[in-house]
Amino acid sequence: MNLYVLLKMVPDTVEELNVATDGKSLDSEFLRFKLDDPDEHALEQALLLKEKHGGKVTVVALDAPEVDEVLFTALAKGADRAVKILVNQSGLGTVAAARVLADYFASASDKITSDTLVLPGSQAIDDLEGELAPSLAAALNLPFVGVVSGVTLAKEQAVVTKEFAGGLRGEFEVALPAVLGIQSAEKPPRYVPVAKVRAVMKSAKIETVDHTPPDRLIRLELDRMYKPEAAGRAQMLEGAPEGIADKLVEVLANNSVI
Amino acid sequence: MIAPFEPAVVDKATTLETLLETPAGKRMMTCIQCGTCAGTCPYGEHMDFSPRLVINMLRGGFIDEVIKSDSLLRCVSCYACMAKCPRGIRLTDVLLPMVKEQVLVTQSAMPAEFQKSLENMHRYGNPMGESPRKRAAWTATAGTKIPLIAEVNREVDVLWFVDSYMSFYARGQDNGRATARLFNALGVDFAILGNEEKSAGECGQVTWESGLFESLAEYNVKLFNKYKFQRLVTGDAHAYNAFHFRYPMYGLTQPAEHTAQFFARHLDQLKPRLTRPLNLTVTYHDACCLGRAVGSYDEPRALLQAIPGVKLVEMVHNRVNSLCCGGGGGGMWLDTYYKQKGMERLSERRVKEAIATGADVLAVSCPYEISRFEDALKVIPHDKPIVVRDVAELLADSLAS
Repeated sequence: MNLYVLLKMVPDTVEELNVATDGKSLDSEFLRFKLDDPDEHALEQALLLKEKHGGKVTVVALDAPEVDEVLFTALAKGADRAVKILVNQSGLGTVAAARVLADYFASASDKITSDTLVLPGSQAIDDLEGELAPSLAAALNLPFVGVVSGVTLAKEQAVVTKEFAGGLRGEFEVALPAVLGIQSAEKPPRYVPVAKVRAVMKSAKIETVDHTPPDRLIRLELDRMYKPEAAGRAQMLEGAPEGIADKLVEVLANNSVI
Repeated sequence: MIAPFEPAVVDKATTLETLLETPAGKRMMTCIQCGTCAGTCPYGEHMDFSPRLVINMLRGGFIDEVIKSDSLLRCVSCYACMAKCPRGIRLTDVLLPMVKEQVLVTQSAMPAEFQKSLENMHRYGNPMGESPRKRAAWTATAGTKIPLIAEVNREVDVLWFVDSYMSFYARGQDNGRATARLFNALGVDFAILGNEEKSAGECGQVTWESGLFESLAEYNVKLFNKYKFQRLVTGDAHAYNAFHFRYPMYGLTQPAEHTAQFFARHLDQLKPRLTRPLNLTVTYHDACCLGRAVGSYDEPRALLQAIPGVKLVEMVHNRVNSLCCGGGGGGMWLDTYYKQKGMERLSERRVKEAIATGADVLAVSCPYEISRFEDALKVIPHDKPIVVRDVAELLADSLAS
């Protein structure tokens, strides 16, 4: 199997996010980046498939802050190659990123083969529509299934599980090669000891690929970015605990909650 | 008390393969297989490979079988086996962590809670996964000035290493506030690292993750070298353990003290300031990293007895026989796993002993114990109220306001 996992860095929401002075972007002063959660599952799914069927796992990422550590961590977990495309991910937009990745797969060294599976995460916190995977599949003219939560391989095809609302599950047969947007791997992403990552950092190399960024940005125009605004409908109850309890019961009764 | 960690005994490059050639390993060859370690281990009955068996498997060349098993997930690094070993074999701080490290490398799945905590410690420098930029936020509630070492711009006597539980955990912050008041009452020249500080990483080393420990230790030592201070003082018994035993291997040159040791050393100055009588019966729980690890049994007790109106009573297991709260060795993040395996929480076993003393207060000196014992008290029935307080909190309560 020729497994490609696409890794994307997203803002770490553990840090408090602030809107920059332009009112349209995140303040980058204290912004930190982490690997997108579904991408971490995509890597786990690829590693599970490699363990079962053999083959090679290549992780591919666009350039972004802290991406090197993420690529080394993927190598420490068992990926065979790590590739960094030297195009700044920031401000690129999902569709343009898909174009860059499609160009990458058109290159001689990483051509799509008959046993290729491309596994991006099915969405990211800054791509909730999950446009990356279908855009890439369209550009590569490959079949696509998104929100995948399980992959098994049979002759020249993959059988994928997809979750629907209401707890329903669907099974799809997809001809290879294909692009699968991974929502969750069959097992939680594995732990890799820090010692292993540090050893890999010393011994392994990240391959880099030069690429000219697209001259035209393809993305939605963002008018305004803002924090949720307080609606001001909260009602503070004051007084002794017994009095507050009585008032609370009254409020709940008046609003037909009880 | 356990013998100091001499660099000649084992160094940081020692692995399971080379262990038996080191002085510490040669001592393991003298094990008489008496089984005292297995008998004294609080979870010994739940282990496929007790400490005694681990030694024997290592000597026989079968250590791989131990590594394949999840037996050592049940080790809470409480130093009980090591403290009782008639041969002085370094189990808790040498053999068991080396085996655990290999368990972590070999097992593909770790209990989720535990994995998350290790990942958080690596990324954010604290096991809770809180923003490192909020690490010093608690100081705004201290009610007293807490200087940042980066701002004082000169040598200080005490660099106070606050660590994660006192920085981020609400009940841990009570200990931080109390310690700040005590430092100020004594006129101590101190400062903290603030947001720059990262977890000392004890639960890296005495646990599983040598790489995680090393990256945290290297980071913190580099930070220490940036500033000038006479001594390192911490209220976190696990951080103290790391500073005392391991950090010297990574370049820490200043002496490290636990706050209980520091305040006990200043008891003559502190005692006249302890004027508010508390009128409480108190029982003291020996933290593993302070008690068995370095033999500081008397300092916390001396502090408690210096408080007017405190009557000190002992639990059945005390001092070298103290029962671990179950939080060490990664146990802090393995409660769900232990529950799944049908194992009693050690903190519950311990609070039963505390309740039996009839004390009003269960006093502790390790920040893990606050949450562990308070949680245990929620499920263990008791008629007379009993609360958990750090020794520092009780001392601060007794200061004239």
